[in-house]
Amino acid sequence: MNDLSFLKPASRQIDFDNFDDRLLLYVLQYEPSFFTCISCGGCTATCSAGNLTNFNVRKIGLWLRRGETEKLSEEIQKCMFCGKCTLVCPRDINIRNVILLIKKRIAMLKNENSPA
Amino acid sequence: MNEPDMETKTKIRWSEYNKEIANDKFFYLRSCIRQNFNPGAEKVFLSILQNKLGKEVYDDPHHTTCSGIGYHSDIVPFETFQTMVARQFSLMTERGYKNCAVSCITSFGGYNEVLSTWKEFPEELEKTRENLLKATGRTFEIPENLSHACDIIYKFRKEIAAQAPYRLINKETGEPLKIVDHIGCHYAKIFPEKGVGGSEYSRVLTGMIEAWGGEAVDYPERRHCCGFGFRHYLIKNNRSYSISASRKKFESMQPYQPDMILTNCPGCNMFLDRWQYALAQIEGKVYGGKNGIPVLSHEELAALVLGYDPWKDIGLQMHQMDVEPLLDKIGVEYDPKLKFTGVKGQYINEPEFTGCLARTD
Amino acid sequence: MNNKHVAVIGGGIAGMEAASVLARQGLKVTLIEKQANTGGKLNDWDHLFPDFSSPEVLVNSLATKTKDSGVNTVYNTEISRIERAGKRFELRANQDARFYADAVLVASGFNVFDATIKEEYGYGLFGNVITSVDFEKRMKKHGQLHTIQGTDPKRVAIIHCVGSRDAKVGNTYCSKVCCITGIKQAIEISEMLPDCEVFCFYMDLRLYGSKFDSLYLQAQKRHKIQFIRGRLSEAAERADKSIQIKAEDTLQGRPLRMTVDMVILLVGMEPGASTSQLIQKNQMTVDENGFLKSANVHCARNQSTQEGIFMAGTAICPMAVNETIENARSATTEIIHFFENRRP
Repeated sequence: MNDLSFLKPASRQIDFDNFDDRLLLYVLQYEPSFFTCISCGGCTATCSAGNLTNFNVRKIGLWLRRGETEKLSEEIQKCMFCGKCTLVCPRDINIRNVILLIKKRIAMLKNENSPA
Repeated sequence: MNEPDMETKTKIRWSEYNKEIANDKFFYLRSCIRQNFNPGAEKVFLSILQNKLGKEVYDDPHHTTCSGIGYHSDIVPFETFQTMVARQFSLMTERGYKNCAVSCITSFGGYNEVLSTWKEFPEELEKTRENLLKATGRTFEIPENLSHACDIIYKFRKEIAAQAPYRLINKETGEPLKIVDHIGCHYAKIFPEKGVGGSEYSRVLTGMIEAWGGEAVDYPERRHCCGFGFRHYLIKNNRSYSISASRKKFESMQPYQPDMILTNCPGCNMFLDRWQYALAQIEGKVYGGKNGIPVLSHEELAALVLGYDPWKDIGLQMHQMDVEPLLDKIGVEYDPKLKFTGVKGQYINEPEFTGCLARTD
Repeated sequence: MNNKHVAVIGGGIAGMEAASVLARQGLKVTLIEKQANTGGKLNDWDHLFPDFSSPEVLVNSLATKTKDSGVNTVYNTEISRIERAGKRFELRANQDARFYADAVLVASGFNVFDATIKEEYGYGLFGNVITSVDFEKRMKKHGQLHTIQGTDPKRVAIIHCVGSRDAKVGNTYCSKVCCITGIKQAIEISEMLPDCEVFCFYMDLRLYGSKFDSLYLQAQKRHKIQFIRGRLSEAAERADKSIQIKAEDTLQGRPLRMTVDMVILLVGMEPGASTSQLIQKNQMTVDENGFLKSANVHCARNQSTQEGIFMAGTAICPMAVNETIENARSATTEIIHFFENRRP
């Protein structure tokens, strides 16, 4: 038999029909203001961490909405919790809290997934 | 009235659109992939035109590849490609033909791209004439009509139906066979006006299916690419992209349980056929039929309903997916033992197994 | 001025408002409507943005005003020609009827974009793809929204800019009212079916009205409507009659696929079908979008390029209901000035 292991069938497409909403639902439960985000990018423009790294707060919000848990858990480590994003948000979203909630939920999911 | 800042299109319904397809006297342009992987398809196409429809078609042994695969892989420059195409046209001119019948979808898109370039930029045509003359001493005329082989089968689909001993109907149940179509991207996605029904709702294959008694099944990823995509496939590291595109199509058609896939493009035909096998090996999954969904081209299907022999005339043993379940449903008479015999009855060797997964029984 | 006669073409809200105002100023007014009743397209509409009020109340009050002010309304009459006849105008109708007027007001409205032209969206092919106009008609008739299978939709996609801002269908302008209509309909769906997810696919959200942005906020906050910045590339029916749609999530830069139970296409406004007829045999012209051209877009919006012929409402450009009524009133002022300044 030929070795076909180099073929990795996958898709870059966002598959809305099968997405992991465990993070999103948790954040919305405790910080419902996140619903009103319009992806204006004000947060990203003012972000202290984003000025030094390729960290993008606006994308954190988008990934949260699309259930990209794996990407988020790595990216979120770059936030320094200065809170400037929250100050500039035109929709008055507590972005700092959104980030905190994501971190908290990721930690919870890790515990759930690891064997006791 | 002020001129709008943006060029706007006319409001036409593409699904009602008809293109011009020549009636007779064709100069045949072969396909590299088709003549290597499914040589019977091209042979039987010529036979259908000459023997069943009484048309004149010339198959010139001097013609070469159009080099379209090289062009789309950034190996052959556009200037060279234009000259290659011009040489084909010069052979046509020399033989006194004015209508091209193109076997390959890549070539068809390429010829149309070159013709359109010459129309928009006449200096390119002049340069090509010069290049061809310098290189070969040849001159050429621009064809009056350039049709794909599937356009011609579509045009004469009713004549074929009238002569056909078989219909695309399940012999046991009396129900029409469920057939999904896949149109090669370069058939009408580059120039929608070059396709029967435009690019979104090309009727070219569904028209045949319906004329021959089958049911054309619309499936969500019908317009999606098969994944061949030239540089996606030709570089080994990119082949995951190619197979992912095919898988998307198989997943989308699976719920409809199609009896077969009908294609008009040699590349798509090969990939939709072979990738079913590769996916089965990787994922252990079969997307339809007992051991895969048969994939046939327009010529092969036309020949099948016209009663040509599936092995000797059409060469259907060249497909990885077994066609026997389809033959049985239609009621085509064939000898299973003769599958791997050649035209002269000799044994032509056979693969380890056909279909998706080796049978355990 | 009292013996002057004005013919108003079109008995929609612009025509009714203008006719009644002119009649109250003492002019003789004939309102010519091609259908059997006045009210135009609003007769099919269920609720208006941004206050969810009933168009029926509005249409009825305009009809009463028109009647009480002494307007002569003619029904089932479609004007095909406006020709100058000396200092007056001769209007010809379909069945040889003729009208004479000292000034004409064209309030012939708009046409709804025919979504079957946008073939890749599957309107007319797939039962679960409907337009915003179909939505209003269904809501008015049945008061509920069902899929073609008769079930409550669990996920609905609302598609902005269908037939607007699209060079492919020949309309490069913005129809202006669709964004807010989409948000209004999204809220209505969410109120009717709280478990239904509603997504709006937009290129830009153009919420120009003073109350429109608060409706947007309300849609997000209270109704959890989701907004995805991406234009639909295609819709296709699945075996179970649900619709698979594809778009780019442009903010992420990735393609997106989603299965929905229903798709609602926010169809735009196009120039009225009679526009091309009405500009023949006179000096009227159309603008680059095919709507009737104003003598000046700032200070003579209601004056056509033919002296003595005026325009009101969506015959000029896409407008919301309240703008249409304001625009109709402004047209009456221009007509009165026209008579006052004209030498006998």
